[in-house]
Parts: sequence; structure tokens; C-alpha cells
Amino acid sequence: MTATDSYVTPDGRTIGGVMMEMKNITLRFGGVVAIKDISFDIREGEIRAIIGPNGAGKSSMLNVINGFYHPQEGEVWFRGEKRPSMKPYQIAAQGIARTFQNIALFHGMTTVENVMTGRQLMMKKNFLWQMLRVGPAMAEEVVHRRRCEEIIDFLEIQHIRKEPVGNLPYGLQKRVELARALAMEPKLLLLDEPMAGMNVEEKEDMSRFILDVNDQYGTTIALIEHDMSVVMDLADRVVVLDYGKMLADGTPDEVQKNQAVIDAYLGVEH
Amino acid sequence: MLDFLYSIFVGPFVDMWSLPDFLIQVLWEGFVSGVLYALIALGFVLIFKASGVFNFAQGIMVVFSALTLVGLTELGVPAFLALIITLGVMYMLAFSVERFVLRKLVNQPDIILFMATIGLTNILIGLGQWIFGGETKTMITEQLWLPTGSSVWEPGGGLVIFQHIDIAATVIAVLMIVGLGFFFSYTKVGRALRAVADDHQASLSVGISLNQIWVIVWFAAGIVALVTGIMWGARSDVSFSLQIIALKALPVLVLGGFTSIPGAIVGGLIIGIGEKIFEIYWGPLFGSGVEGWFAYVIALIFLLFRPQGLFGDKIIERV
Repeated sequence: MTATDSYVTPDGRTIGGVMMEMKNITLRFGGVVAIKDISFDIREGEIRAIIGPNGAGKSSMLNVINGFYHPQEGEVWFRGEKRPSMKPYQIAAQGIARTFQNIALFHGMTTVENVMTGRQLMMKKNFLWQMLRVGPAMAEEVVHRRRCEEIIDFLEIQHIRKEPVGNLPYGLQKRVELARALAMEPKLLLLDEPMAGMNVEEKEDMSRFILDVNDQYGTTIALIEHDMSVVMDLADRVVVLDYGKMLADGTPDEVQKNQAVIDAYLGVEH
Repeated sequence: MLDFLYSIFVGPFVDMWSLPDFLIQVLWEGFVSGVLYALIALGFVLIFKASGVFNFAQGIMVVFSALTLVGLTELGVPAFLALIITLGVMYMLAFSVERFVLRKLVNQPDIILFMATIGLTNILIGLGQWIFGGETKTMITEQLWLPTGSSVWEPGGGLVIFQHIDIAATVIAVLMIVGLGFFFSYTKVGRALRAVADDHQASLSVGISLNQIWVIVWFAAGIVALVTGIMWGARSDVSFSLQIIALKALPVLVLGGFTSIPGAIVGGLIIGIGEKIFEIYWGPLFGSGVEGWFAYVIALIFLLFRPQGLFGDKIIERV
């Protein structure tokens, strides 16, 4: 299987060639090495999981992809080109959206307004027209608003459309955050512990939404989890990190049988 | 004792009733200064909304922009060209504040940013005095085609005088407030401003550039400062003592809420009209000078009972 080959998964989805490739990434904070010489790739259309115990460097890796952190060594390749050092908002413009482990929403705004911020980069009309709400600017607003409403329906949060998100319970806030990321129509969607702090029912809902997003919109998804069981039914391929180093990379089955992974999760007998 | 109660609860109302034209005059004066307070408060609200910083420098920005405008015309620059150049200067100021102050202080506690704006105040005072000198200047009201006369209205034999500059100030302030309101509510930049106010990381993740947004708000606050400077300058004169009136914005903001544009307007009007009425009708009881402290007492009462102000964002506590 080479970088450009596509293949079909057992459940019938087509996974394309390599979209993003991390080459020998090393990230240090002063003397602390958060990520040490890690390489892996993300293919078009797949659900890629990055797992590991706490402090393994998962979130740091996501922040590297998203541009919050800049690695000291290594290269990031996106769609066949080496990515220069960019600011997070420029990377967002390239089509990479994300959610946050501890929810970063605009608390004073309603659900709809939060989702509309995801369309920020696509709105091009002059602000004078937008102020007057006439002509082409109004037409543009309507188009984007319709798209946002579709996403809101898709994630089943219609009932809280006009609710300020600060008032919403945790599970729904997570869903609004996902909606905002989807509104950007990303090529690559990064999810930082989408199931953290949820009960079993909420976890099942979220898993279903992640699968649906991937299936219906064809969005490539990279997600982080520390709970291994959640990921096994969801991901096509899994990277396992521990203390900033890579333990394994492969399908869920392969990873589960890997001795280094078992040791990291269950502890080694001494 | 009875005399005292009479002078509080009855006397002032008898005065109002007996001279209705004078009451109208007082209300109008109060209304106009209220509008101007609202304008100053608006400058604070803009920056507070977008960066959570109480911009102590707003008052000196008013003086600095007015001085620049007048100073340029004194050099012989035509008034409207001077206006455009002043706008350019305010843009440069916004750009420099972002580049040299805010960018270095990202993610610092609010109090640090507040201190930085105090520093900025001192820099602008020094810069202003160095360039333009400390003496009082006269606003170029006529060159800017602002009206200077006055109209007289005689309701039932009474006499009410309306200064044209006051009418112009009201109209311009209203246009400005409406424009900013639309800008915040309906444009994508406005949406981005509110987003940045709420969460920096999330804003970056949807593709909003914080640096760009900060330049825009500081520039908008600079424009508001310039308009305020022209209007106050036309009513009194342009001098460094103008920045004192900026302190009046503080009670206005406490009243209206730090994050609300309508709040700034209503707060400004309540303070403006309230202090005029109180000064004229109840002032003698306190030996006058009431205008100096009335606003702060009102603000204090509000802080006790409604700390988020009339229109401020509701304080949501989650435990």
C-alpha cells in the first residue's frame, strides 16, 4: 500500500491517498520533550485516531497540525506540499477545523451565531452592504445561514438554536462546537477528546455523529482519545503515543495486539 | 424641619411647574451632554467588548485626536484634508497599539492590559504636549461646516434656546451609534469582534486573525474619539482638561453595562439629564457643585443593586 493508493474498507468506504503527512516531528518546551521524532500520515476520507495515556503528547500533536504550536524539528506536508510556518487562522483558511478538549465556544452568542462564525472565511461581501442588509450581501447571508441550519439539523440541536451557549449542558456544548467546526466545511476535522466527560449515552450519540459526518460529508477526521475502547469501533487506523514517543501505528486490531501498547496501558510486570 | 422637607420634596417640583420653558431648557442641556457622555462611553464599550480591556486612554485619545485636527489646520492644512490626515493618524495609533502593546501581552491577565492603557495615556499626554504645546486651542467649527448659531423657541410666552451645534452633535452622535450598531450586528467583522471578545483560541480556530480585529476596534474607538473631540471641542475648547470628562464615562458604563451599546446610550442620557436637573433644582441644598459628584453616587447605588448594569451581559455562574 503506497501513499497514492486508495483502498476500500470492510464497511465499504473508499479511503484515498495521503492528505497530511507528519515527518519526524519533534516538539520541545524548554527542556521537556513533548513529542519526539514522530511520523505518521492521514489519508483522505479516513477516521484516524491518536491515542495514548495522559501526557502522551496527543494534544500537542493536534496543536502542531492546527498551528498553535510550531515544532522545532520535522515537516508537515499537506496535500503534497510542505507547509511553511503558518498562524492558526491561516491554517483554518486552508480547510482545517478543530474542536477543543475543554470546549472553546463563544458563550455570549446563541447556537446559530456560534455556528455562523464557522462561515467567517467564506463571507466575502463588503461590510457596507452587510450593514444595510441588502442585495448581494443579504443573498450571501441567506446562503450561509441555510447551510448552518442544515448542519444544526444534522447534529440534532434545532431545539437550542436561539439559546445562548453559556446556558447549555456540557454534552450539547460539545455538539455545538462540532457544528461550528463543520460549518467551515473542513477538509480535515480535528477533534480533541470529543467524548471526554460524557456519559455512555452521550458517547454513543457522539460516536454516531462522527461516523455520520465522515460518511455523509466525506470529511477526513483525526481524533484524540485516551479511552482505547471508544476508538476501536470508530477509527480506521490508530496511532499510539506514550511519553511523546510512538508505540504503534496500524488498524485497531493490529494495535490492540501490539505488546508495547498492552504494556503501556496495562503496565508491565516487573 | 418642615422647611427642609419642603425644599426636598415639594419646592423643586413647584419650580419646575412654574417655569416650564426653563425646565425644557434644562432637559435639553442635559440631553445634549448625555449624548456626548454616551459617545465617550461608546469608545470604551467598543474596546471592552472586543478585548475585555477597560481602555483608560480613551479620554486622552479624544484630546489627542482633536489637537491633531486643530494643530494641522493651524499649519495651514485645509480643514477637510486635516480631518482625513487625523483619521490616518488614529489608524496609525491603532496599528501601533496592536503591534507594540497588545501583541506582546496576549493571554496576560486583564489588569496587566489595563495598566498598559494607563501607560499609553501617559505617552499620549507627553506626545500631545510635546507636539502641540499645552495651551488651549479653539475647535475649527466653521471650517468643518458645523453650524454655530442658535434658534429660539417661545412656547406660550416662554423662552428656550437651542444652540445649533448641540443639534448637530445630537444628529451626528445618533448616526454614529446607529452605524456602529449595524456594523456590530450584521457584518462579518462585527461577528468576528464579538467572537474575539468571547474566546481567543476558538476565534483562531475558525480563521479569525486577532491582530487584525484589534486594529479594527482600536481604529473604531479612535474615530469615536475624534468625533467626540470635535463636538466637545466645539462646545468648550480643546485642552487637556477635556480628558477629565472621559472619567464621566465610568459611571455611565456602570449604569449601562460595560458590554452594551444601547446601555452606553441610555446610561449617558440618564447621567446627563439627571445631573443637570439635580444641579439646578436640588443643587442649592448642597451648596451647588452637584454636577461633579452626582454621576458617581448614582453609579455607586447601581453597583450595590445591579452590578452588571442595565443592559450588561447577564452574569452566569456555573458551579
